[in-house]
Formats: sequence, C-alpha cells, structure tokens
Amino acid sequence: MTLEEMRRKKSEGLSQKRRLLDKAGVTRALKSIAQKILERHADPKKLVLLGIRTGGVFLAGRLRDLLKSMTRIDIPCGAMDITLYRDDVFTGLSRPEVGPTELPGTVHGKSVILIDDVLFTGRTIRAALEEIMEFGRPHSIQLAVLVDRGHRELPIQADFVGLTVETQREQVVRVLYHELGEPDEVLLCERTKP
Amino acid sequence: MTAPFPHRHLLGIEPLSKEDLLAIMDLGDRMVEISERAIKRVPTLRGKTVLNFFSEASTRTRTSFEIAGKRLSADVINLSESGSSSEKGETLLDTARNLAAMKPDILVIRHSASGAPHFLARHLDCAVVNAGDGMHEHPTQALLDCATIRKHKGKFDGLTVSIIGDITHSRVARSDILALNKLGARVRVAGPRTLMPIGIESFGVEVFDRVEPALKGADVVMVLRLQKERMAAGLIPNPREYSRYFGINPRNIELAKPDAIVMHPGPINRGVEMEPEVADGKRSVILEQVTYGLAIRMAVLYLFAGPPPDEGIG
Repeated sequence: MTLEEMRRKKSEGLSQKRRLLDKAGVTRALKSIAQKILERHADPKKLVLLGIRTGGVFLAGRLRDLLKSMTRIDIPCGAMDITLYRDDVFTGLSRPEVGPTELPGTVHGKSVILIDDVLFTGRTIRAALEEIMEFGRPHSIQLAVLVDRGHRELPIQADFVGLTVETQREQVVRVLYHELGEPDEVLLCERTKP
Repeated sequence: MTAPFPHRHLLGIEPLSKEDLLAIMDLGDRMVEISERAIKRVPTLRGKTVLNFFSEASTRTRTSFEIAGKRLSADVINLSESGSSSEKGETLLDTARNLAAMKPDILVIRHSASGAPHFLARHLDCAVVNAGDGMHEHPTQALLDCATIRKHKGKFDGLTVSIIGDITHSRVARSDILALNKLGARVRVAGPRTLMPIGIESFGVEVFDRVEPALKGADVVMVLRLQKERMAAGLIPNPREYSRYFGINPRNIELAKPDAIVMHPGPINRGVEMEPEVADGKRSVILEQVTYGLAIRMAVLYLFAGPPPDEGIG
C-alpha cells in the first residue's frame, strides 16, 4: 500500500470534531512518557521498545530517539504485527493484512515497553501480550500509549499515558504522523456513515 | 482491513488476477518468519479444520499443507483415498458429501482427475483448495515458484523463465505459465515434441524443441520431473536418451545468465532431468522452494479459511 492510499483509507468516512493534540502537544506527551519510563527503570540497558504496527512503530522510533538524547543509550526497538493473534480475524468477509514482526533480538529477561498510539478496547494489547510471550519470557511488560480514550473491554491499563480523553464509543481517534507525510496531530472524529 | 479477497476457493491460477497473485505472495513473505521462530506457531486458525484429501500419492505437498495448517493452529486431518472409497465403488460426489458431513472449513484436494476440485467446490459449503488436479493445475506450486523467483530477482518484468521437460502432462508447467504471464515474465518451454502439447503457443510462450536455445540468456530455469509412466507409454525411448538431449547439466546451464537460478518442483530424478552437480550447485534454489511452499500454503489457508463460525468470537 502506498502512503497516499494509507492516508486516504484512514480518513474515509470521518469528519473532524476537534483537535486533541497539536504537533507541540504530541512532542510534549512523548517527552513526558520518556521521562516517566526513565524514572521507573534505573537500568535503561534492560529496556526493549516494541511498537505495534502501524502507528506504534513510529512512536517507538520517536521514543527511542528521545531516550537516546536523554541517556546516550541505544535502546533496542522493534515492530510487532498482531494480526495473526487478533480475536476478530474471521468476523468479517475480508482477512486483515499481515505485516512483519521484527524483534530486535531477544525479549527474554528484558523490560519490554509495548507502544501503541490509541488504547481503546484493549484487544490489540491482549493480542500483543500473547505474541510477545511466544518469543520468550520478559522480565516485565509495560504499556505506553499516546492516547487513552476509554471503553475497555478487557482488564488492561496503560503504565504510561500521553493524554487521557473521554470519548463516545462510536467516535474515532485519529493519530496523524509526519512519517506518513501528515501533520503530527491527534484528532477526535465522528463517523459520517454508519 | 483490505478489500475482501475476491475468491471463495483456490481452484487454479487461471481465475486469479495479478493483484490476487501478488497479495498471496506478499502474505507468504510474512509467513516465512513464523517458521523461523523458537515457537513456530500462531493461533490464527484456532478451531478451524483443514481436511487434506489426497487421492494420489504425494508426500511432500500433503506434508507441506499439514505443517502449514498446524503452524496456524488449525486442526489438520489427512485422508487418502487410495485403497478406500473409490476402489469400493463410491463416486466422487458421495465421497465429497461424506467429507462435507465432517464439517471442514477448508478441503485441500489432490486428485488424478482434472476438474475434481471444481466439481467439489460446486457441491460443498467449505472452501476448496486445489493441491493438483490431473493434468490441469497446481496453483500453490506456481505461487511458491513465483515467490521464490521474486525473492531472488525482485521483479518479473523483463525476466526470461525457461521451463524444461514434459509440458504436456505437467500441471506445474500449466500453472506456472499462467502465473508468470500474468506477472509479466517471458516464458519459454522446451521438451521432446512427444511431450509438448499442440497449440501451446496460444498460452503466450516461446516453444523450443531443443534445450540449448531455450537456456540461452535465461534468468530462471525450471526443470520438470520426468515421470516413469512416459517411457512406458512410448513417449520417450529411455532415460539416458532423454538425459542426453534434455537433461540440465553443468555445461548447458552455462548458457543461462551468470546469475540464473535453477528450480525443480521435486522429487528429482538425479541423472535424468538434472545432473546432481546442478541440483546441488550454487544456482539451485530447490530447497528454498520448499520453504516458500510452506509459507505460501500458510497464506492460502489464512485467506481461504472464512467465513467464520457465529460463536466464539471475542
């Protein structure tokens, strides 16, 4: 899929209601997450960052850069595609696209920070936890998200949150990425068609 | 979610578009990684049943489908027809109805009769995957061949692929020709005239009755297996003569491009269609074909395993 197609698909059938974070807000949120991660982890060398495709991978890369500028340590950073672990693969007519999972070496004994853009039902995180466990036994797994929008369907909470926002179930939280040629921002949108 | 994959069954390459082929191959590329993990399994097809129904002996294709299903957590059941239903006089339709009553999600079928999978697809509720039907098609073989070629060459446009051997009786050749044409490669075929179908030019291939000109400048050399039955039928005099005129050896393979790859669907008759020095040589990608075979079959099972049961979601 080209970047243009990805952008178009993401905005299809949505109308913007309000901006939750602008570019400066996104940067502030990520800086605050990076600081909190360092406060909780005395030994950053044990850390591994794992971004969930697609948005989480961009955020993981930015967190890695922030953490490097704060500690001068290169923290291993990988990407996870949780499609094959989803609980709704066969609920629709189409099969979801599968992307590669690329782990930066072992997770065994590591302190894994799982990174996603929006925490919603918690089902993606459930799938990601199952996938990580298949690669080894991490010392711990913590969750960092840019936005927590509520409406959990599973007992899952984030350890590091950029922004907590109340939303309605049918609304959509869109995160835009400069990595996709978009302005860095987070929007709350309404669906224009059912 | 992508657009729905527009096919309920995988009956052949013929009904698929270039985009369909690329979608399956892309998914296959992703599946390779799962087999490299310490725990070689994902839970995707939990609760799905894959029935491998093979009426012709084929250890490796059946095993490949079986492992593919298991790596995706499906329940895989193998049934071989030989010595059972058909010999006892059961018709294919009766066999099929019995299989359907076992409620599989996917029926993988290998059958000596061309069109058997199409017949079953019309009469069964589950998805039907053709694992080779008579002299007709073998779509997963073509997909794995194309995936292997793409891995090495990165593209299909401008590639010359030479298929050498028994073109008439080869469902592998037919599916490969169809797939490679759709993907934009140039296809040459070479073999004895007794094993070359009349009108093969209409498939959009260049036809040679000698192997050397077909090899010249080729990017990919696909060597087909010579079946022993062809000698019994008097189509070729003997294996030694076949080998002399159509066998791929360390000398004639040099006519291909320096970076040409050599492929074979297996099992190889060493010393007949291919010399051991070529099969084990630096150009050979035969074992990679096996790796991609598994990955492509995982991709196919994933794509065709729907529709879902109503219960047990979430």
